[in-house]
Amino acid sequence: MTRLSASLIALLVFAPLAAAKETLTIYTYESFVSEWGPGTKIKESFEKTCDCTIEWVGLGDGVATLNRLKLEGANTKADIVLGLDTSLTAEAIETGLFGKHGINKALAKTPEAWTDDYFMPYDYAPFAVIYDTEKMKVPPNSLDELINGDPTQKIVLQDPRSSTPGLGFLLWMKSVYGDKAAEQWKKLQPRILTFTPGWSEAYGLFTKGEAPMVLSYTTSQAYHMVAENTLRYQAGAFSEGHYLQVEVAGLIEASPEKALAQKFLGFMMTPAFQDIIPTNNWMLPAGETKEPLPEAFSKLVVPAKTLLFTPDKVNKNRRAWIDEWLAALSK
Amino acid sequence: MTFRTITITAALGFILGAVALGFLPLLWLGMAQGFSRLDAYLLRVALFTLEQAFLSTFISVLLAVPIARAFARRDFAGRQFLLKIFSVPLALPAIVAILGIVGIFGNSGVFGGVFPIYGLGGIVFAHVFFNMPLAVRLLLTRLEAIPAENFRLGGQLGFSSGQVFRFIEWPQLSSAITGIAGLIFLLCTASFAVVLIIGGGPQATTLEVAIYQSLRLDFDPARASLLALAQLVTCGILVFIAGQFATEAQVFPTTLSRKARYDGKEWISTLADFLLIALGVLIVVPPLLQVVLSGIGQINFDTALLNATLTSVFIGIVSACISLMLGWVLADAAARRKKGMLRSAILLACLGSLIMPPAVIATGWFVSLSPVVDVSHFAILLVITLNALMALPFVWSPLYPAINESLQRHNRLCSSLGLSGLARLKLIEFPVLRKPMALAFVMAIIVSLGDLSAIALFGSDKLTTLPSLIFKQMGHYRMNDAAGTALVLAAFCFALITLAQKWSQSDDKA
Repeated sequence: MTRLSASLIALLVFAPLAAAKETLTIYTYESFVSEWGPGTKIKESFEKTCDCTIEWVGLGDGVATLNRLKLEGANTKADIVLGLDTSLTAEAIETGLFGKHGINKALAKTPEAWTDDYFMPYDYAPFAVIYDTEKMKVPPNSLDELINGDPTQKIVLQDPRSSTPGLGFLLWMKSVYGDKAAEQWKKLQPRILTFTPGWSEAYGLFTKGEAPMVLSYTTSQAYHMVAENTLRYQAGAFSEGHYLQVEVAGLIEASPEKALAQKFLGFMMTPAFQDIIPTNNWMLPAGETKEPLPEAFSKLVVPAKTLLFTPDKVNKNRRAWIDEWLAALSK
Repeated sequence: MTFRTITITAALGFILGAVALGFLPLLWLGMAQGFSRLDAYLLRVALFTLEQAFLSTFISVLLAVPIARAFARRDFAGRQFLLKIFSVPLALPAIVAILGIVGIFGNSGVFGGVFPIYGLGGIVFAHVFFNMPLAVRLLLTRLEAIPAENFRLGGQLGFSSGQVFRFIEWPQLSSAITGIAGLIFLLCTASFAVVLIIGGGPQATTLEVAIYQSLRLDFDPARASLLALAQLVTCGILVFIAGQFATEAQVFPTTLSRKARYDGKEWISTLADFLLIALGVLIVVPPLLQVVLSGIGQINFDTALLNATLTSVFIGIVSACISLMLGWVLADAAARRKKGMLRSAILLACLGSLIMPPAVIATGWFVSLSPVVDVSHFAILLVITLNALMALPFVWSPLYPAINESLQRHNRLCSSLGLSGLARLKLIEFPVLRKPMALAFVMAIIVSLGDLSAIALFGSDKLTTLPSLIFKQMGHYRMNDAAGTALVLAAFCFALITLAQKWSQSDDKA
């Protein structure tokens, strides 16, 4: 009986409202559509431009979104997948589910010229070491200084096996040190407080005061300035350059709403979408904006050089690079 | 086919079917793709998994036995309160408990630097924080079930404290210890976030972490199924070995309702008991206090919190009901059969969701169900089912000994009176089983309240529980809101325990 009533309630609560309008189903990561994410505002904004409805499906993080797509295969309900990053796109294209976006690639305002035919970027941010100014007077100004600095001043990192920022830092180390990355990891080891499963746990430990440094994004500083009105947490500018996270969206080739999906991807590059990104997703807009960014964003670290592997290179080497990291730190 | 045969077949079929539906599709994919070989990495990971689980279990139980005994011997103001507090850790998501623990013993903590928290020591400490109070609660129910006559007889014979322990308490405890230790061992084996966060680096990696990696980042079902198989074999062997040592509790008829203890009156044992209770309190209370203090004034009362609370309660109550029903049927069947295949099947079914990682079960369900139905519409149902399976071992632990005892005491009487079915349930079993039932029910709700694995796999923006809300808030830099939500979760859990205890004792005075 209990199961029956539960399923009835589940059906009542979750049955999608029958809609006569066209519906665009977008898979994304959960925080994009949570109470504080940009999802609701973007939905409102897009629905004004068409006689259609957006149905967000928020699933864990970018990796979870891609995995869901792989599990569903051709049966997927998604018309668009939004929220993968460039270390996942090659793998996503391999599923054969994605179609070409057909959008003018010059519209993408990323630090490096955009060349991907399948995915368009909607925001990006450089990874950065955020430090607590109350606990650290001399922050590191390069990866090298981070690696060789005072081992009593520790950093919280994320595990590259379970977290995208964690993987991002691994790629950062790899792009700077190449074949010597394993050695450098060993040197960094005494400074690492721990590797957490995800970004949230790391940032929680950091703000709790467990360590004076954490791996996050340059834009974290903007959050603390805008939402908490404090300059306590700042990003270090690293001389070797910063690795980028670029978040992208792509459309499903077999989708019955392909034309509408294409329209959404075009809309994604316009101010109506991009203006919502900075203070809702706390990332930098990757398309044209109309409103000026909040003042805090002008104070952010702008990397002297940006680092980014091609999606193919990440896809081919990820497993080997993670194994190398494992071997370096396990002894 | 009697009614009993039907229910036990249905219950076993449901559980084993659910686990098989989760595991077989992955195994199938694994066989199709060809298993990756077992390498040195896996061996090292498996060894570390066993090492930390063994240490954590050993210390948890070693502390829990004398602490439970101290609680059983002493009555003092605040005893009930402390015991309720002891149930809270189970409901806390790992990250909340860890923030509480590092707030006390971490670099920034009040007692920072007392011992190195990041590393194996920290993992064991965190596991003791979660599991020692659980073991105390479960062992205490066994100690409280000892008939008062035994203590009176011990008193007449002039037993010393040591003799009371050896001849009266230990036989009762030893019958429960293997089961409880097995449960804790499996919980520690399946531990994921604690090991990663507190472990300090990839040198501390468990099988569960490796499974998670292969299911998520690598999306390699073949490797995941191999790892799950390794976990299944390791845990299966341990459960089997534990089963060989398990002894049945002895059942004595009791006529005295008032319980008096004649031992432990010397000042030295009074002192020892209070020191032991103080030790338990020192391990459990400061991190919880830290959670409470971080959350006070930070609770963000909005619709998100209300929704998450209602969802958590709904899922918790429904899954606890299912778990209790399944647990009852299984325990009743096991109590009637002391040997044989069926009994082994029941014991294995009970622990199924601990031996088989929920992430594997959930992925398998997705693979099996998604071609047939739209899984997202049934997400809440799948979360409830998985939670009910995850709670089964916690339901079993207080329920089985009580049902076994009731059966041995009343079965002949009932048969001779021709009392059966609902009438028997109402007149005989219900009154005796009220207390263990309440404990089982509360434990099941708490397991569900604290669950993050099922909700992480099936949850979405439309299905959010309190633990997943905590993660959402943290993911949006809202660490203070998250601390507030954690306080709501802890307070809620405390309130539920209080309610259940009221209910279970409401007839005691009669």
